Amino acid sequence: MTAIIDYGAGNIFSLTSAVIRCGGECRLTSSPEEILSASSVIIPGVGAAGPAMKALKDRGLDKVIPLVRVPLLGICIGMQLLCSSSEEGDSSDNARTNCLGIFPNKVKKFSSNGSGLKIPHMGWNTLIGIKSPLFEGIEDGGYFYFVHSYFPESGKFTIASTFYSEEFSSALGRGNFFGTQFHPEKSGEIGERLLKNFLNMKSE
Amino acid sequence: MLSKRIIPCLDVKEGKTVKGINFLGLKEVGDPVDMGLRYAREGADELVYLDVSATNQGRGTFTELVSRIAKHINIPFTVGGGISSAEQAAALLLAGADKISVNSAAVENPELITTIADKYGSQFIVVAIDAILIDGYWRVVTHSGTKVTDLELFEWAKKAESLGAGEILFTSVNHDGTKGGYACKELKCLTEMLSIPVIASGGAGCADDFLKLFRDDCADGALASSVFHYGEISIRELKSYLINNGVNIRI
Repeated sequence: MTAIIDYGAGNIFSLTSAVIRCGGECRLTSSPEEILSASSVIIPGVGAAGPAMKALKDRGLDKVIPLVRVPLLGICIGMQLLCSSSEEGDSSDNARTNCLGIFPNKVKKFSSNGSGLKIPHMGWNTLIGIKSPLFEGIEDGGYFYFVHSYFPESGKFTIASTFYSEEFSSALGRGNFFGTQFHPEKSGEIGERLLKNFLNMKSE
Repeated sequence: MLSKRIIPCLDVKEGKTVKGINFLGLKEVGDPVDMGLRYAREGADELVYLDVSATNQGRGTFTELVSRIAKHINIPFTVGGGISSAEQAAALLLAGADKISVNSAAVENPELITTIADKYGSQFIVVAIDAILIDGYWRVVTHSGTKVTDLELFEWAKKAESLGAGEILFTSVNHDGTKGGYACKELKCLTEMLSIPVIASGGAGCADDFLKLFRDDCADGALASSVFHYGEISIRELKSYLINNGVNIRI
């Protein structure tokens, strides 16, 4: 059973449907017991980093997620929450958000600087330099679907990169923790392949 | 590099696709989910479903359909048609829509764009603009082209962006249905003046129309319906043609 972490309203129906299409079983939950006894865990991408981090803390999940020892995948904001901090604040005066710090990478905002760069980065883009069992059967140059305005910097836990005005980490991996900036549940067959790879991972 | 998007559009009425795959009249309508699946397999980058139901009952059916689409389709999809409140948008979000498009209601009540963008993010709201060229002046039309407004296309597009639109879908009424190509000049102008993606709609007749649009960087995506529904253009062949001509396309 895959635990999909429930930390507020949002569209997670596409994600649960994709997990089921890939042969998995899943449950939407915010219960620490259920999360820690699941065979794998997914943190979906919901909203902005500031409110999302607060929603995790309100449920005590900021203390639970680092204890997970089974394969865990953060998607979009879900991955950014696993990073050290984000330039995305909340609606109050906080200009940045401290995140869980499982990946030391910082999350930055795309800047157009008059270059005409369209923000958010929305659409299909390619991955380069892929290295992880998460990408088994997937080659460099494969297209995935992105929708985001903030991105994790490159670093030693980068397992795939994408170029959009600059190179950033489109996937991160450290031990049992993984994150993708793109949405595998929206990335066609190649995205389903990645989800299957994740769901088939064995705990260490 | 970010790829250009090919987007088939399906008109849905009372839960059925209206412009079906017409194989010598054997099949007038198709199931919207089956058609979407077929397009996704052929390489469509995104789908748009427009509800053209005239009744409340039909609209209820549409929300159920959106859930069925989200359950089976593995690429992003936008839904639109008659959306006039944040509540409707919320119901479609929960049903699994990736984006919604608003048209007439946004013209009548521009704050609707901001309300939806603030609640669910700009990436969730596409503002669809239909416009017609009258005496050298692009006027925005609403209610499926039946009502000509005093709004000017470029001013309205800029305002929609500043109110929180995440994408503009522009249909030229003058080009729609002609199969003579997209309104490239106007699209290029929109693309250059806006910092959000622009999707072209209306006028696609052959593969070269898509090539011209993308080669001149007039739009981020191209929407079409009849040329795909009637099999005049195969998405797979269109995409290889564009790639062979240097356009950045996902395969």
